[in-house]
Amino acid sequence: MAEVLTDSGQRKYHLINLNVNGDTRTLAVKANALLVNVLRDQLDLTGTKKGCELGDCGSCTVLIDGKPVNSCLVLAVEAEGHEITTIEGVSHNDKLDGLQESFLENAAVQCGYCTPGMILAGKALLTHNPHPSEKEVREAISGNLCRCTGYVNIVKAILAVAEKTAPEEGEQA
Amino acid sequence: MTEIQSPGDTYSVIGKSVKRIDGKAKVTGQAKYTGDLKFPGMLVGKILTSPYAHARIVHIDTSAAEKLPGVKAVITHKDVPSQKYGISPARWDENIFCIDKALFVGDKIAAVAAVDEETVYKALKMIRVEYEVLPAILDPLKAMDEDAPLIQADYPHNINTEIHQNFGDVEKAFAESFYVRTDRFVGQRAYQTPIEPHSAISLWDGDKLTVYSSTQSPHYFQYYIARQFGLPLGNVRVLKTYIGGGFGGKLEPTGLEFAGAALAKITGKPVKMFYDRHEMFAHNRGRHRQYMNLTTGVDKEGKILGVHADFLMDGGAYTSLGVASAYYAGALLTILYDFPNYRFDMYRVYTNLPACGAQRGHGHPQPRFAFESHLDNIAHHLGLDPIDLRLRNARKPGTITPNEFKVGSCALQAAIEKARDISHWDEKRKTLSQGRGIGIGLGAFVSGAGYPIYRTDLPHAAAVIKVNEDGSSATLYTGAVDIGQGSDTILCQMAAEAMGYSFEKMNIISADTEAAPHDFGAYASRQTLMSGAAVKQAGEEVKNQLLELAASSFGVPAAELDAQAEIIYVKEKPERRRTFADVAREFFVKKGPLVGKGSYIPPKLGGKFKGAAVGTSPAYSFAAQVTEVEVDEETGEVNLVEAWDVHDCGQVINPALLHAQVHGAFFMGMGESVWEEVLFDKKGKILNANLADYRIPTALDMPQFHSELVDSYEPNAPWGVKEVGEGATTPTMGSIANAIYHATGVRINSLPMSYEKVWRALKEKRERDSRANV
Repeated sequence: MAEVLTDSGQRKYHLINLNVNGDTRTLAVKANALLVNVLRDQLDLTGTKKGCELGDCGSCTVLIDGKPVNSCLVLAVEAEGHEITTIEGVSHNDKLDGLQESFLENAAVQCGYCTPGMILAGKALLTHNPHPSEKEVREAISGNLCRCTGYVNIVKAILAVAEKTAPEEGEQA
Repeated sequence: MTEIQSPGDTYSVIGKSVKRIDGKAKVTGQAKYTGDLKFPGMLVGKILTSPYAHARIVHIDTSAAEKLPGVKAVITHKDVPSQKYGISPARWDENIFCIDKALFVGDKIAAVAAVDEETVYKALKMIRVEYEVLPAILDPLKAMDEDAPLIQADYPHNINTEIHQNFGDVEKAFAESFYVRTDRFVGQRAYQTPIEPHSAISLWDGDKLTVYSSTQSPHYFQYYIARQFGLPLGNVRVLKTYIGGGFGGKLEPTGLEFAGAALAKITGKPVKMFYDRHEMFAHNRGRHRQYMNLTTGVDKEGKILGVHADFLMDGGAYTSLGVASAYYAGALLTILYDFPNYRFDMYRVYTNLPACGAQRGHGHPQPRFAFESHLDNIAHHLGLDPIDLRLRNARKPGTITPNEFKVGSCALQAAIEKARDISHWDEKRKTLSQGRGIGIGLGAFVSGAGYPIYRTDLPHAAAVIKVNEDGSSATLYTGAVDIGQGSDTILCQMAAEAMGYSFEKMNIISADTEAAPHDFGAYASRQTLMSGAAVKQAGEEVKNQLLELAASSFGVPAAELDAQAEIIYVKEKPERRRTFADVAREFFVKKGPLVGKGSYIPPKLGGKFKGAAVGTSPAYSFAAQVTEVEVDEETGEVNLVEAWDVHDCGQVINPALLHAQVHGAFFMGMGESVWEEVLFDKKGKILNANLADYRIPTALDMPQFHSELVDSYEPNAPWGVKEVGEGATTPTMGSIANAIYHATGVRINSLPMSYEKVWRALKEKRERDSRANV
């Protein structure tokens, strides 16, 4: 259980260690602080977007232990002890991840507001299912709303990454 | 650097699917949208809105809220200028905050700035407003009744806009027709639903105001903010960073800029204002609900002789951009089909609901749904294939509509034929099983409005290009606004092409009223043509200066030189060449900064009748869409199986971005066809102001989609371009309606064509059929 601090106004803060994109950050947060707000406001990781704050749009998708989660539905205190990946943690040393490249190559980005969430939802899918069917791709991103693309090129971009890697033995292509 | 193969023969930059200039920032999460920005000491502001659809404001007590620790300012109408504003000067009817009356649930009453969000929300709850609730009008069909309460004092019978246009002799045409048919259609209130919520950050430095805003038109915001606060335009800087979609919903002031500017002035601190998802729906400015009676007369062969469009639209509580929507609703009905007699009547009425404005296709998609459905009914009656009927009436290039729009390029016929062929229409019309159907709808749209929203003689677009001292890069400065459609990318392609440069070395500073020259912004599908024309001129000015300078070193007149792909060369002897960078550097050394500028004013367009300006454009796009659907006749569920769009959009600057526009345009039209509708309770409160209950389609709903083009070149446009982003929304609802009709034999006359409506219509049909068989 995280240590609880009390300020002069008798407000309580929980001292938590968040593992974000491989780094551990120590933060004092209120019990009701949402992960999305802590990421954006305290850690300046504004690549995680807010679109509805009700878990409907998927703009605030982050990975928690590899699973896509709406960070507006998660308390920051709940995220302690888990590995959090935001869009800022997808590329390494200025080298884009294959899925990010694929989004650019397939013109899957328009306004870009849903893009971080889409890429993370796509990453999560491809990690546990490297060769998904089109239906599986559509299902995997069905919790992420996009108003610009009709999803056409987003689906294409995710499938293109799957096609670039050879199916493993015994796996259905 | 691209090696030129045969100089001058081909384009080296345009026509290619270069990757977006902002792509990397967007896929890495580095792109900062307005709501992502922070400034030292920044406060958070929110607006308190009315819980009643129509109410007199008796008293506002802000004293408790003001005393809450952390609150820095609370303002009402007393603290801001009281003059009315609106986007159309003919009908300025909004105040920053309500003065006497609130006109809809969500009307703006007061605002708070405080140290953080939590404090702001607490303070909003502590503002005491005493209301006297008044009878409200929620049904637009009752707005003009004699005993209806008056919503806006200056508008008798709640009529906001009244239009009566008459071209030719419709009555005579009907009298001479073989078949005259009247159908009634009803649209719905839809909402643009950009994924990024609106926000605005206001900062003052002395008398100078800067506003970062999620806006489609920094210029209009600058104009209206300056006017409200009595500032010269030069004292107001409006800019956007990245913007997460607009679709028309971020074209006009949202109130966040006005309230934020006032709060920032009082507190001396930067103030960030924003709407949450619910407030976005309440502010709205989405698609008008229209009630559409269409009467058309045709001869035996199905040639249209005359059309009467008799419409009413639910405007909501304010004008917003609705006066233009009202004119567009009827004006654009004449573009697609060539008929000589046309009458258009329209009432846009006030109701105590959120104001409606411009949404993708501005006023036109619902009338187009109505007309395409209506035409299918006529084809059915005459025993004609719907495509044959359309081909018989399709507009030809170089013609003039009855309401005096000049149509230059038009490859509509080719688009219809191609859509027919690639969708295997002929075969499918005959062989699809019961419950499965295929339908067609056509669409057309302006490539930029011929006239600005307010009266001004400013050019519609302007651009400056500055080449770096050593020629290693160039920056385009333009007021054009990239809201996701990709204008920053294609304008850089156009600049590079005109200069003889390369896209990879272009930078852009856009949508900043201080750093970039004036442009009206992203609406009416105007930027590729209009901003593009200014950019082309600026690029050519850069190129011509370089050719002049290089001419002496080559010892030939400048007219004998050209530049392409970073090479300046002698046209007759392309092996005699210098690099662009080399000449550009010499230019800077000898003459100073290398700058090119351009501006664009459309030609004088349109007739002289009232409202003649709306619908004028230098060029019109055309589209044919075919949709195949599967309807579950037990449940009414509509499944979109496959869709084909064939577009006449002139020459293409970036094919990948162009097709992406078509995808999104179809997607929006498809949502409005079957799922999307803003619903209200009996007191005017929105029932589904969230993304779970307002159903924009998901990735699982989108059909297999094909976007194709036909050859086209528009002589009135730079490199022959036309629009694409809105035109492709206009045919969708009609094509889906007609596919449902083909699948089931039931005609759904109201939007959205929900599962329930389809189920009910099928049930009624079965009952009719069984009665007939008794």
